[in-house]
Amino acid sequence: MSRYSKTLVFFLSLWPLYVISYQIIFNQLGPEPVDRIINHFGEWTLIFILLTLSMTPLKKITKSVEWIKFRRMLGLFTFFYASIHMLSYVGLDYRFDFEPLINDVLKKKFIFIGFSAWLLLIPLAVTSSERMVRLLKQNWKKIHRLIYIIGIFGILHYIWLSKTIFFKPLIFLIILVILLLFRVKITRSASKI
Amino acid sequence: MIKFKNSEITPENIYKKRRSFIKSIGLSASTLAMSAIPFVNKSLASERDKLTSYKDITTYNNYYEFGTSKSDPHRNSQIFKTTPWDITIEGEVEKPIKLSMEEISEMFISEERIYRLRCVEGWSMVIPWMGFSLSKLLSKVNPTNKAKFVEFESVYDPAQMKGQRYPVLNWPYNEGLRIDEAMHPLTTVVTGLYGKKLPNQNGAPLRIFIPWKYGFKSAKAIVKIKFVENMPTSSWMWASPREYGFYSNVNPNVDHPRWSQATERIIGEGVWAPRVKTLMFNGYGDEVASLYSGMDLKKNY
Repeated sequence: MSRYSKTLVFFLSLWPLYVISYQIIFNQLGPEPVDRIINHFGEWTLIFILLTLSMTPLKKITKSVEWIKFRRMLGLFTFFYASIHMLSYVGLDYRFDFEPLINDVLKKKFIFIGFSAWLLLIPLAVTSSERMVRLLKQNWKKIHRLIYIIGIFGILHYIWLSKTIFFKPLIFLIILVILLLFRVKITRSASKI
Repeated sequence: MIKFKNSEITPENIYKKRRSFIKSIGLSASTLAMSAIPFVNKSLASERDKLTSYKDITTYNNYYEFGTSKSDPHRNSQIFKTTPWDITIEGEVEKPIKLSMEEISEMFISEERIYRLRCVEGWSMVIPWMGFSLSKLLSKVNPTNKAKFVEFESVYDPAQMKGQRYPVLNWPYNEGLRIDEAMHPLTTVVTGLYGKKLPNQNGAPLRIFIPWKYGFKSAKAIVKIKFVENMPTSSWMWASPREYGFYSNVNPNVDHPRWSQATERIIGEGVWAPRVKTLMFNGYGDEVASLYSGMDLKKNY
């Protein structure tokens, strides 16, 4: 059973791709298709950040280390969807017209912070392999703590681009705060021992 | 009402050719290859004056009283009751009046008025409204010499309007215009669209529409029109004064603090359509620019 669980999670993680393919093929993207595609992948990026951050708390709660084996895959899916999100913005919305894009990145804080979050994901993706874990030893953990900052940046990106925080951005924010509070608790209890 | 420049209109044969070309490419083409096509020259972009479909106009709405997602208003407004409906005109007027919707439809003849709608979020539609100039309705009262602004108050009914049960905005929705803006012939009282009764999700039974301002200025489901001495604080100004000013004229040169207003995406144009440049006063500059002569529009955003 658990032998196949990774494969199962892999195919489940492709869900956002199935959905968008269906919507493209059957013309279900709605009145603002470009926006729909960008938002779809943006939202799924955030969901995958939250999923990635859920594995350690789940390990603690269920007292089962099973969860940790999905963490790398979920993290890489985060990078994958973040990249599609960014590329659809750059390519589909702005047609690789870099002048307004650079302007946006520098002047608009929600784009600046979103782009920063994507840049920060790169070192995590690059150092995700087993070999890198061994090579970097203690530093690996330090580098991968970046995911907390990425999570905060990602949610801020969402809040800042929305006209109002109600309700989706607020829900994402609450879940992130809960997941981050787990870390505070975990490190505290760890330091006690 | 819309004036077309000849250069803006694509000859029909080119238009059709372009359509069939797009169709022939179909879905097989890769997204990236297609998206490499740069901004289309403005002279080719006649889509900006093509009517948006009834379906898009009535299923893609910002109407937070019925929910914050674009599809919520259509979904949540169908059982909204718009009869009976009264509108009061009060405040700094000699004699306040109260009119029922029936009286209004008898008093004023609605005509078709095709206007562009530019949302502050960066998308636009072209809508064949049914309506008449607000000035006609306002002429039913005599404002006192204190009156400088007109305030619009939308209905407050959390039992019927889910969104009002949450502090998304400062309910009831409130908007305002300077009197000269309110009296401008383009400022329209809307009672319908596409020759039909106004759907609930579009602001039934009665809303206003100000074509040269961002969409949120055009308040929906109005119950009260009030002449006032001081500049009203609209719901959006109250929510974020730095981002939403009283005037909120469409202006490609003044960005929203968080995003650009230089371009817009035309609703219903499909995945491959490029953004088009946003026009000053949403293209109604000839008619309305004089209202703001001498004003710094960067300060008075």
